[in-house]
Amino acid sequence: MNGTAAEAHPRPVRMPRVRRALGGRQRTLLAAALAALALGAIVGAGTLLPDARLTTDLGARNQAPSLANPFGTDWLGRDMLTRTARGLTTSLALGAAAASVSALLALALGAAAATLGKMADAAVSWLIDLFLSVPHLVLLILISFAFGGGARGVAIGIVLTHWPTLARVIRAEILALRGSEFVRVSRRLGTSNLRIATGHMLPHVFPQFLVGLVLLFPHAILHEAAVTFLGFGLPPHEPAVGIILAEAMMHLSTGRWWLAVFPGLALLAMVRAFDVLGDRVRALLDPRTAHE
Amino acid sequence: MTAVLTYLAGKAFRLATLLAAVCALSFWLMHISPIDPVQAYVGAEMMLVSPEQRAEIAERWGLDEPPIERFALWAASLAQGDLGTSLIYRQPVSTVIAERFAASLVLMGTAWTLSGVFGFALGVIAARYRGTLTDRAIRWYCLTLASTPAFWLGLLLLMVFAVWLGLLPMGLASPAGVRSDDVTWLDRLRHLVLPALTLSVIGVANIALHTRQKLIDVLASDYAVFARARGESETGIIIRHGMRNVALPALTVQFASFSELFGGAVLAEQVFSYPGLGQATVQAGLQGDVPLLLGAVIFSTLFVFAGNLIADVLYRAVDPRTRAEAPA
Repeated sequence: MNGTAAEAHPRPVRMPRVRRALGGRQRTLLAAALAALALGAIVGAGTLLPDARLTTDLGARNQAPSLANPFGTDWLGRDMLTRTARGLTTSLALGAAAASVSALLALALGAAAATLGKMADAAVSWLIDLFLSVPHLVLLILISFAFGGGARGVAIGIVLTHWPTLARVIRAEILALRGSEFVRVSRRLGTSNLRIATGHMLPHVFPQFLVGLVLLFPHAILHEAAVTFLGFGLPPHEPAVGIILAEAMMHLSTGRWWLAVFPGLALLAMVRAFDVLGDRVRALLDPRTAHE
Repeated sequence: MTAVLTYLAGKAFRLATLLAAVCALSFWLMHISPIDPVQAYVGAEMMLVSPEQRAEIAERWGLDEPPIERFALWAASLAQGDLGTSLIYRQPVSTVIAERFAASLVLMGTAWTLSGVFGFALGVIAARYRGTLTDRAIRWYCLTLASTPAFWLGLLLLMVFAVWLGLLPMGLASPAGVRSDDVTWLDRLRHLVLPALTLSVIGVANIALHTRQKLIDVLASDYAVFARARGESETGIIIRHGMRNVALPALTVQFASFSELFGGAVLAEQVFSYPGLGQATVQAGLQGDVPLLLGAVIFSTLFVFAGNLIADVLYRAVDPRTRAEAPA
């Protein structure tokens, strides 16, 4: 009803708009390029910077940022840029794997809820409620504890905590598709269920799934960093952003600001880049905002 | 009247099934954990404790029973309100949670109120000047905050206000080494500022973006167009038509955000060594204090449920359409 009302009446007169130099598609491309650039820079730096920069160098301890060490060095003389890049690479790999599995779980459960009848629907929505009823961070701590910490515990925790919202979106999308005219006509024409699923449903659900996946990814990274920071995630010898920041906290009173500022800023930039990308792709796919 | 009763009964049933599932799930997770509670309890004194003593501890805690019976025992005492004894605080879990939650409540309450007020104000301003540079700046600010790790923000605030400027204390809820009777209100307030600020700055984003979107929808509606045609000023329309329609949805959004609030408090309390429930949860997890961890999980579930329930009730009280849908 909302949609038709908005179409029937033109926009109110006084809607000042900043003139946009770029259209939606260009902006999306720009966001994708930026995200790819950030990703490339982090992974490239993580793999290309030599291990020598991570060895203890007591002559170069606690140095403020300089040209040789743009992010400074820590109390063991290790280069913070290299540590940050390595840490973010670990976080990205873990986040990407966990977000993908979580999104697939959401797809499976969302599709099951929408197609397998009332019982399955009730079961899935109860499961969604269950996983939303405990604060994410508490559940992550619990799951990490259950698996004795480490990368496996965090990954399983992220997979299990992040699927509910996307599962809801996919369930609603499939339900709407099932009731839509073209699917019903196609069914009457004798199209097989498999053909309907792959030919009619998939092209509509896939973009939603993709957007959901891209938006899950930054969340997964943030949660991984948070849980690791609290001491439940990756072990201390792994180069992870959460570990770096937890160590920086212990050295806070020394006034070595670069230990915390740059790694956190890099994490923020990474998360923000993928958030923007996901938002732009969603705006482009949504017919109501695609023309903006 | 019967509709209200049915509603409450439905909610109570939901709470009961959710709690039962949360209890069973978390008990099972504890059971499969490779972390041995006796080992965690003994800790550094591992060499001083003989295997016989270990077996005795395990027996006293009922760890030698099969898991199903242990769960039944635990659930039975839980039903009587007995959550067991915390291993690290050597106090009943309910006492620890009550004390810790009181501290957390001050922190979360302050942050919740601040983020609600500022978030709402920012949202209204952004909608009033929608499409302008102000709007874009507010949106950019909110979206960036949504991507900011809460604990990192806490570290930055500590660095600036405690280390560099020396204006505010580094952590804890009161000065170290001072008897709790001698701690003044001002002291407590000074210790509360930074954690509450961290938590509220993060919380602003959600409410501001929501309020902005709702208000823009209202301002594009027919009655707003008509009011504009009558010659009402934009600010007048916002005060007379906009606020009424936006204030309560915003409030429900705030109540529905208890889950994120609790998660944020866990991180903020850890950064600032603030002795709240979040920090106790982290300690319980790190040191293998199973009873306390289970208690914290159950309590946080209740907390989130309460927030969602209030949001739901508020929404139904405000919007008659949601009431009509309820089963009579």
